[in-house]
Amino acid sequence: MSLYYVQKFLYQLNREPELQERYRADRRAVLEPYELTHEEVEALVEPDIGFLFHLGVNGQILMHFAALHHIEWADYLQRMRDGVAEHGPVREGVYAMTGYEGTEAHAERLGHRTTATASSSSESTPPDDPTTKKGST
Amino acid sequence: MPLVYAGVCSHAPGITGRADRADPEVRDAFYAAYRGMREAIARSGAEALIVVAAEHFANFFMDNMPAFAMGMADFYDGPIEDPGWLGIEPFRAPGHKDLSKRLITEVMQTVDVAYAEEWRFDHGIAVPLHFLTPDFDLPIVPANINCQGPPLTPLHRAWAFGEALRRAADSVPEKVALIGTGGISHWPATPDSGKINEEWDRRFMDQWCRNDRQALLAYDDLAVYADAGQGGFEIRTYVATAAAAGGAPGTVHFYAPIPIFSVGCTIASFDLAA
Repeated sequence: MSLYYVQKFLYQLNREPELQERYRADRRAVLEPYELTHEEVEALVEPDIGFLFHLGVNGQILMHFAALHHIEWADYLQRMRDGVAEHGPVREGVYAMTGYEGTEAHAERLGHRTTATASSSSESTPPDDPTTKKGST
Repeated sequence: MPLVYAGVCSHAPGITGRADRADPEVRDAFYAAYRGMREAIARSGAEALIVVAAEHFANFFMDNMPAFAMGMADFYDGPIEDPGWLGIEPFRAPGHKDLSKRLITEVMQTVDVAYAEEWRFDHGIAVPLHFLTPDFDLPIVPANINCQGPPLTPLHRAWAFGEALRRAADSVPEKVALIGTGGISHWPATPDSGKINEEWDRRFMDQWCRNDRQALLAYDDLAVYADAGQGGFEIRTYVATAAAAGGAPGTVHFYAPIPIFSVGCTIASFDLAA
């Protein structure tokens, strides 16, 4: 696997409108210069946000890729949760440092140690936002 | 001139991008605290603003990641994110290339800082500027600490960077203000986005207000990750700001967890005259 090159492609895609245009026109073609495995290519073409998170793509990079595909915020968060549930803990990168354990398990652990305000549930059912209701690709 | 202002504030993209989803009462109180910060910077007579940020793979990537970087340009464009997503229209913020060069030269006496003559602001700087210099009438000197892609610089080096920035700011004739942006505990852009460890935040800010160097430098990244998320790595910007304040006492003007903003929203400053 080549998390570095997956993230490098997304980093460049996020900051280069011209590359975004080429990606829209032919997703597979723009990926050819990068050292990617078959599963990485498929995840970037689909796009499979949950699997990319499972691979270890940093959310600060991944959230812009999701926005490019008009995936609204709560859906983006849920796709990452689904990815971990389906494929297992994050494989590599910063989130693999202690292993991603899931929102509820982590909140519970924090609750045992501190009085954390663990209220991510309020993000799960946001009110309608016309600016993000474009549907996903 | 001696540094005229030092403070910290949050920079999460949801602060502007998801503004309409927050509790209006707490959101507006938070925005009012930003206005207070804006007014305090204006009262200080600042002629330039150093923004110590923790950018998020907008300009710096793992192909050549600097621990520390400073901008050296006459202008900076932003936001690098989709304007609709961030809720901030495209802008060009003024820089001050000559001032940057003098500051960087002095910082380099003790800290090896990369410099960049091109820098597109992401939300880490764009969100604070949206509130603090909405007319883009104050020259910006961006500074960055890698808080995103480990290995990360140790906290004591972030402290050294803050000390170097202070020495540099004091060495130029211009009146310079400095803010750090980021943190505190948060799990941004992950499945845990919205989780906030308020107790951890309040303990950290108590240490910050006392400018307790020993306590601030005692944090360990693995423990920070466990209790404060990967967003907690951004305390480096707060640590650098504390160092720049040179032992001055601090005050938290606003703190409230706002989950839809994915962060405990914070506005705080040091009393440099104390």
